[in-house]
Amino acid sequence: MRSPERTLWRSSGPPLRDVLSVAVAMSLVGASLGAIAVSKGMSLWLVTAMSALVFAGGSEFMAVGLITGGAAPITAVLGGVMLNARHFPYGLAIGNSLATSRRARLFGSHVMVDEAVAFALAENDPAARRRAYWTVGLVLYGVWAPSVFLGGLLGRHVGDPATFGLDAALPAALLALIIPSLRERSTLRAVVVGAVLALATTPLLPEGMPVMVALVGVAAALPLPTGEERR
Amino acid sequence: MSIGVVVLLAAGTYALRLAGVLLRGRVRLSERGRRLMSIAAMTLLGAFVATSTLVESGDFAGGARVAGVAVGGVFAWCRAPFVLAVVGAAVTTAGLRLLGVG
Repeated sequence: MRSPERTLWRSSGPPLRDVLSVAVAMSLVGASLGAIAVSKGMSLWLVTAMSALVFAGGSEFMAVGLITGGAAPITAVLGGVMLNARHFPYGLAIGNSLATSRRARLFGSHVMVDEAVAFALAENDPAARRRAYWTVGLVLYGVWAPSVFLGGLLGRHVGDPATFGLDAALPAALLALIIPSLRERSTLRAVVVGAVLALATTPLLPEGMPVMVALVGVAAALPLPTGEERR
Repeated sequence: MSIGVVVLLAAGTYALRLAGVLLRGRVRLSERGRRLMSIAAMTLLGAFVATSTLVESGDFAGGARVAGVAVGGVFAWCRAPFVLAVVGAAVTTAGLRLLGVG
């Protein structure tokens, strides 16, 4: 029972300062979500509860915007779920990196965010992958709802995240995490084709769906180079 | 805003997350299958980066954000430390906005 845990801790994972830099950016975005929600009339406890229960920033911003803007509740639910559709293939890709016990999988699934997936995929060794997933997932989950709560309390004293360039920092963090894998040709082809498809379909599809269309790009990775070529 | 929306959104999101994880636990994948799955997740992340960099509520997100992410990407490509890529992106975008670039 004990040895898997020990290897978990001994294996290398992401440097803590890398994780913390993302956590700082996320917490400022969370604070702005709280401030916006409260300024639009959503109660502080509800936006905080939403952040703990949903834990997917994009869909939370969308829900706050749609509902406080007078959209039908079903629109906010369906829109948010579509925006989060990518979590299903994420789980397929890294589900075995989460945990072996059922209970840990049940909780580990809840902390699945883009950053946790990206940090995990940046590791090759299974133990390091697991450690990266849990470290990033738990740290970000730990800061998200409290930041939203604090932002809601501070209200308009919270600055606009765009002023600090945070809308560029978070995509740049994900980009920095996937770039090492892009040095492999087959992955690069899939990612480039996928990104082009997603951008091309953005004007046509509801939010979240273009990213799913990108999966067609995986075909561009074929044929896979054999075995040892992969770094 | 009703609590019903929050509960349904939370349930739907969690179901998506859990379904993939549980399904993966049930299937045995070849090495090739595993690599394809990793490439699929990379492709999703790449598309998410592309759309969240270029698009904001259906419109072009503006040159400042795009330039910032590009700077972060160049830093990462040149194997600069991760934090430098992230901070470089934020500083570039914030600086351009200070100068009046959208």
